Amino acid sequence: MTKAVENVIKGGSFLIEDVPCERVFTPEDFTDEHKMIAKTTEEFVVNEVLPQLEHLENHEFDRSVKLLKQAGELGLLGADVPEEYGGLGLDKISSALIAEKMARAGGFSISHGAHVGIGSLPIVLFGTEEQKQKYLPALATGEKIAAYALTEPGSGSDALGAKTTAKLNAEGTHYILNGEKQWITNAGFADVFVVYAKVDGEHFSAFIVERDFPGVSTGTEEKKMGIKSSSTRTLILQDALVPKENLLGEVGKGHVIAFNILNIGRYKLGIGAVGGAKRALEITIQYANQRQQFKTPISKFTLTQEKFATMASRLYATESSVYRTVGLFEERMSQLDEEKAKDGKEIAKSIAEYAIECSLNKFFATETLDYVVDEGVQIHGGYGFMQEYEIERAYRDSRINRIFEGTNEINRLLVPGMYLRKATKGELPLLQKAQQLQEELMMLMPEEVGDGVLEQEKYLVRNAKKIALLVAGLAAQTFGPKLDKEQEILVNIADIVSNIYAMESALLRTEKAIQKSGVEKNKQKLLYTQIFCQEAFNEIEAHAKETIVAVEQGDTLRMMLSALRKLTRHTPINVIAKKREAAAALIEAERYIV
Amino acid sequence: MNIFVLMKRTFDTEEKIVIANGKVNEDGAEFIINPYDEYAIEEAIQVRDKHGGEITVITVGNEDAEKELRTALAMGCDKAVLINVEDDVEEQDQYTTAKIIAEYLKDKQPDLILAGNVAIDGGSGQVGPRVAELLGISYVTTITKLDIDGGKVTIVRDVEGDEEIIEASLPLLVTAQQGLNEPRYPSLPGIMKAKKKPLEELELDDLDLEEDDVEAKTKTIEVFLPPKKEAGKILQGELADQVKELVTLLRTEAKVV
Repeated sequence: MTKAVENVIKGGSFLIEDVPCERVFTPEDFTDEHKMIAKTTEEFVVNEVLPQLEHLENHEFDRSVKLLKQAGELGLLGADVPEEYGGLGLDKISSALIAEKMARAGGFSISHGAHVGIGSLPIVLFGTEEQKQKYLPALATGEKIAAYALTEPGSGSDALGAKTTAKLNAEGTHYILNGEKQWITNAGFADVFVVYAKVDGEHFSAFIVERDFPGVSTGTEEKKMGIKSSSTRTLILQDALVPKENLLGEVGKGHVIAFNILNIGRYKLGIGAVGGAKRALEITIQYANQRQQFKTPISKFTLTQEKFATMASRLYATESSVYRTVGLFEERMSQLDEEKAKDGKEIAKSIAEYAIECSLNKFFATETLDYVVDEGVQIHGGYGFMQEYEIERAYRDSRINRIFEGTNEINRLLVPGMYLRKATKGELPLLQKAQQLQEELMMLMPEEVGDGVLEQEKYLVRNAKKIALLVAGLAAQTFGPKLDKEQEILVNIADIVSNIYAMESALLRTEKAIQKSGVEKNKQKLLYTQIFCQEAFNEIEAHAKETIVAVEQGDTLRMMLSALRKLTRHTPINVIAKKREAAAALIEAERYIV
Repeated sequence: MNIFVLMKRTFDTEEKIVIANGKVNEDGAEFIINPYDEYAIEEAIQVRDKHGGEITVITVGNEDAEKELRTALAMGCDKAVLINVEDDVEEQDQYTTAKIIAEYLKDKQPDLILAGNVAIDGGSGQVGPRVAELLGISYVTTITKLDIDGGKVTIVRDVEGDEEIIEASLPLLVTAQQGLNEPRYPSLPGIMKAKKKPLEELELDDLDLEEDDVEAKTKTIEVFLPPKKEAGKILQGELADQVKELVTLLRTEAKVV
């Protein structure tokens, strides 16, 4: 390992290390090109996709195909495809911004995301030179559309339990695939499918399967709760003949591709959720400004304002987290040498390093979106229940996000497990830090918090990290290797960690912005940070308490609860007043502003 | 063909206008290419793609306008020129802008100059025609169609909703009206290429102009917002009474008859 790489921030290390704010990427760091790319995407969605959305919702998928081609002409399909294969080879920030702005297109954004993300990326990252040359140029222009086929009727979260089989034919020229892949996005019109099957019923492997191969067909269109603008069907493989050279990666190494693609799918979903939540908040504020009850616009009621401020603060923390994560990939990739930077496996590794952050973003962001659309419908009242209103569709479209790319429960359970692995492998000094903390707790004195800008928030983040170590350490001590059976506790730990990542991301972003342009220009960011940190810290305290009580007994329990009390001691801010202040600016701007 | 586009950076159409200290407050506002200038850029690109040549997009302003110039380059213009007057010019009007642009263009031998019909902020519609006058070339405003065949130019012009067909010859300046075309969005490859296209920055000195040469000919006395829209009034009662009341209101309240 070279020196440069050692200097890179390690995945998951935020929990035990502090980074200076200059090291994190924030939306304030977007370049003019980034902004232009975002604007082009937004204009494409507003001018080309939205006018056709009703048709798309009615499954007129020939329109989706046409729109995807149009997107291809604008370069909106080629961001992650290297230039030598007809793409643009842009940075990950650009492709993230495309995903964010595409989100407003509802189900169509799922078609787009499935094509550019989980559909094309397995070939980009793991394809052979021949496979890349054969497939990528057409995928980058939209001449061909891609899909990803992992899930089966009997294997969802347990992806490796797939029943689809692959067997090399007698001539040794083709694999014969048999099985069914369920709920495949874009299946109605995709030309290329990345399909997982077990060679000889045993070795989990990936294949590139074309729609026109003999034995490949699709089922009928599913009737879904939301994202109706996207096509979802079963992919049926009946003695499907797949040329040997279409094996993707190695036999028995399909899981490597699957897990890496999942990481990417997860952070991209997080970004999409940010885009969706911004739009939902915008239409909700606009509605509340115009809707009158008791001769007063309902945005004048402080309870409505409370909702706006809560939504926006949480959205701010989410946005800060997802772009911080993309910045981490980008930083790591920029340190790869030229040869490695072209090696898909190295790129995948750069992302896999931050698998913890990917999972955190996935569940935190999709729950932010679900919260925002839910309150969005609530503020719309009865009208929000009517299909004429955009928020009704947004509400339905949101729901799947908590389920696909690994349910939020699975993603939560993964977090403590990944930490444990990093600790055992010596990648992160978690155990040492936990021991240090135990000693520190013995003589912990309450800290005086100054009243400087962000001082309280820094204190809360600092102590939250200690609480996480305390709780996780106790759980690990008590249950040892049986901890993975204690799912409620694992999820509590994941929630604590998630809140820490979000708090710190918001905090660092605000700190960076203030360093650059002063407090006066960043008042809204400061308010969001104060509100979010306070509320997240309250949640952390509750989760910690519940966990300690479940893990310890007797004297140790009393001692640990007392330690928790010390770590949570602070004078809370007046959240109600801060929220009114934050809401005033939102109501004035009629959209999410920072 | 040597094509020039005159472009202005303006407030985004969705911005709320706030007046502070007798001026429109620009703090935190989003800016865009003046939408009419976008038609001009699009038309320039179409002309160039058909007849060949090179497009230079010009703006007079400060370095913030670089962003809009880059957008024009990303749409497909070949070169950009920013005439930065931030340090030299305090008060600027249409005369100032036209004089500066004409000075820049006078030795460039333009075949075709395109501009927006008006800018959505100032809305004077003067800069284009003034530049043509200063250069001594013909101009046609508010065009909705442009055909070039050799030296002959056929133009459809919007005249308050009617159409006028005009024949002209190059060199020529035209200003674009809505309906001329559908401006493209910058494609991603376009955006990436724009980074490498030349963007030249000039100051008055480089054009051998003194501050006095471009001194504004007009003076802004006051800046104010339009009156707030009042709630409408629905008249009640017998029709005849309503008519009477309406006439009275038009006389006494609205004072329009």
